[in-house]
Amino acid sequence: MPSQPVTAYLDHAATTPLRPEARAAMAPWLGERFGNPSGAHGVARAARQAIDEARDTIAGLLGCAPNEVVFTGGGTEADNLAVLGTHAARPGTVLASAVEHHAVLEPVELVGGSTVPVDGRGVVDLSALSAALKAHGDVTLVTVMTANNEVGAVQPVAEMARLAHKHGAAVHTDAVQAAVWLDIGTVSASADLVAVSSHKFGGPQGVGVLVARKGTPLHPRQVGGGQERELRSGTHNVAGIVGMAAALAAKAAAREEEAARVGALRDRLAKGLLSEIPDAVETAAPDGDRSHLLPGTLHLTIPGVESEALLFLLDEAGICASAASACASGAQEASHVLAAMGTPLAATAGALRLTLGWTSTDAEVDRVLDVLPAVVARLRGAR
Amino acid sequence: MRVIVAMSGGVDSSVAAARLIEAGHDVVGVTMKLWGGESDTGCCSVSDVDDARRVAQQLGIVHHVWTFTDDFQQHVVDPYVDAHRVGHTPNPCIECNRHLKFDRMLARARAVGYDAVATGHHARIVSQPDGTRRLARGADAAKDQSYVLYMLGQEQLAHTLLPVGDLTKDEVRAEADRLGLRTASKPDSQDVCFITSSAGRAGFLGRRLDFHPARVVDTQGTEVGRVEAVELVTVGQRRGLGLPGGGDSRYAVAVDVPSRTVTVGPPDLLEVSEVGLRSMVWPAGVVAGPVKAQCSAHGTPREAVVVLDPTDSTRARLVFETPTRRVATGQSVVLYTHDNTQVLAGGIAT
Repeated sequence: MPSQPVTAYLDHAATTPLRPEARAAMAPWLGERFGNPSGAHGVARAARQAIDEARDTIAGLLGCAPNEVVFTGGGTEADNLAVLGTHAARPGTVLASAVEHHAVLEPVELVGGSTVPVDGRGVVDLSALSAALKAHGDVTLVTVMTANNEVGAVQPVAEMARLAHKHGAAVHTDAVQAAVWLDIGTVSASADLVAVSSHKFGGPQGVGVLVARKGTPLHPRQVGGGQERELRSGTHNVAGIVGMAAALAAKAAAREEEAARVGALRDRLAKGLLSEIPDAVETAAPDGDRSHLLPGTLHLTIPGVESEALLFLLDEAGICASAASACASGAQEASHVLAAMGTPLAATAGALRLTLGWTSTDAEVDRVLDVLPAVVARLRGAR
Repeated sequence: MRVIVAMSGGVDSSVAAARLIEAGHDVVGVTMKLWGGESDTGCCSVSDVDDARRVAQQLGIVHHVWTFTDDFQQHVVDPYVDAHRVGHTPNPCIECNRHLKFDRMLARARAVGYDAVATGHHARIVSQPDGTRRLARGADAAKDQSYVLYMLGQEQLAHTLLPVGDLTKDEVRAEADRLGLRTASKPDSQDVCFITSSAGRAGFLGRRLDFHPARVVDTQGTEVGRVEAVELVTVGQRRGLGLPGGGDSRYAVAVDVPSRTVTVGPPDLLEVSEVGLRSMVWPAGVVAGPVKAQCSAHGTPREAVVVLDPTDSTRARLVFETPTRRVATGQSVVLYTHDNTQVLAGGIAT
């Protein structure tokens, strides 16, 4: 049988629908307008102007200077450039939080870095970071995400930056999830490097930004034509960049209203599910305090069920959700985030991530409240 | 019926899915991810998952990946390594069928509301007059896989479909070709899925257990050669024993890991008149008396008589009508009806 029609999309942290403002801004560049911004003629100049204007918009919204914006092919590439590029420019120990996205953890592992633990709410342990900085002595980069992609925990970036800078280390923050909900110009202001990804906030896929503040030692990972101040060679994705800027602007204008509206939807969803599903735990807020969480994220651990079976039945009901991060084959893998938070292994088997976004509605929340408790009861009954 | 078809990315399971759809069933494809390490093929590599997904797309069915890597490690890989550690000869495909496809996967399929699991195995399920079911050999004698499915009990047989069991391999490929499936000419998978051809069995095991050099002695106990790894020697093996060339052929007739000794001798020393069996399963009920016994995946069935253990139904003794090549410890032995068409029981050689 073919896929069921979608009745509720609860996987906005994976990707979110394109905002109409982004589509409108991109349309000419997918139609009559074109050009390689690096050329020396009218067509090229027009394309160059489009990405320069996008750069200004993005710089303003991310709280940096236009020449500190490095356009990349997405969040993963921005994270790789930050970690590998800083390490190449200034070798030393790299410290990362244990709950970083694989886009950070894998390059950190490549350069032999270490991880810093988090507490049961998914927040980095500042005293452990302080101890690690002292223990290693040669730390050149500390990389901690602004907010976690699985459980939504916002990290104390400013405090960590203060500690890291005191030890002479640069600071990178993966703000890919945080950029959807927080004012990155403020919360990530103390970081020297900031990665964001367009499609998480309603821009097109395949384009992102690394903010690299002036004076941060950074070598390129991709060389060639020398675009982006020689930090990221390759012809610009003009339509993508223009769409990303428009999406970021639209997001910024609607941010406070969306955060309040979606946060209320998330709270209603959480309340309903926690009361209807016996023994379900809100993973990063076991005591019900969500003040450290992104407004769009609800992460549950549901004892007595397996995530894959849960996702299968939700999918049959047209509900799109996720468990941990998915690997290349589409298989679900055990979450390093939950492991780092000390979530019991038995509970991680029933991990479920529901993430809301700018298009989320009351009807979608109602649909999940209708379906999910029944699905859990059915799977528990089948054991 | 609502059916989960286990799609490995090969041609047999692709055609199995297609036939189920044609028969009007509600079909969902699932590929098991069992192994996170290196693999040439099997159910584990990204490219096989890709093939399964692309076939599912072509057939217009939903496709999921289910991860059972922990169970696979626990029930298939670890026992495989442990068996070699003591000089036994395991069959990991059988353990995978026993613990993964027809246990974990079937249980999940049932839990999510499906009636049956289907696979692309070449075997058939036939109903008996008394309402029970039996596993029968596939239509293609050369491709028959009933040997690796002997553990299917009545409950599993009732919830299993084998849609290509009545086709020959050529017919399966022709069907895939007719449907334009991308897997139509994909080669059959070979050997153990978690062992790559580049690393081989020795490379795989060498990273997981310590090899010990051993003396190779003749039946008088005189040293005639040496091997680097006693754990890699299988009873019945002729090559790789460090023996000088010429003379009569000599085979490994005994492997004793604790004393690091391999005994070699003429082939008639490998002849035995019986074999003990453990972990017996009796899907057709406990049977004694004359049967056909198949002692390896492609072995010739032998005339034999089952002798039950009066106190323990998980054990039995198999007496061969004429002396036959010794069955390596750890190998599965499958008992068929006397006409060699249906599975009666099976167990593991002690």
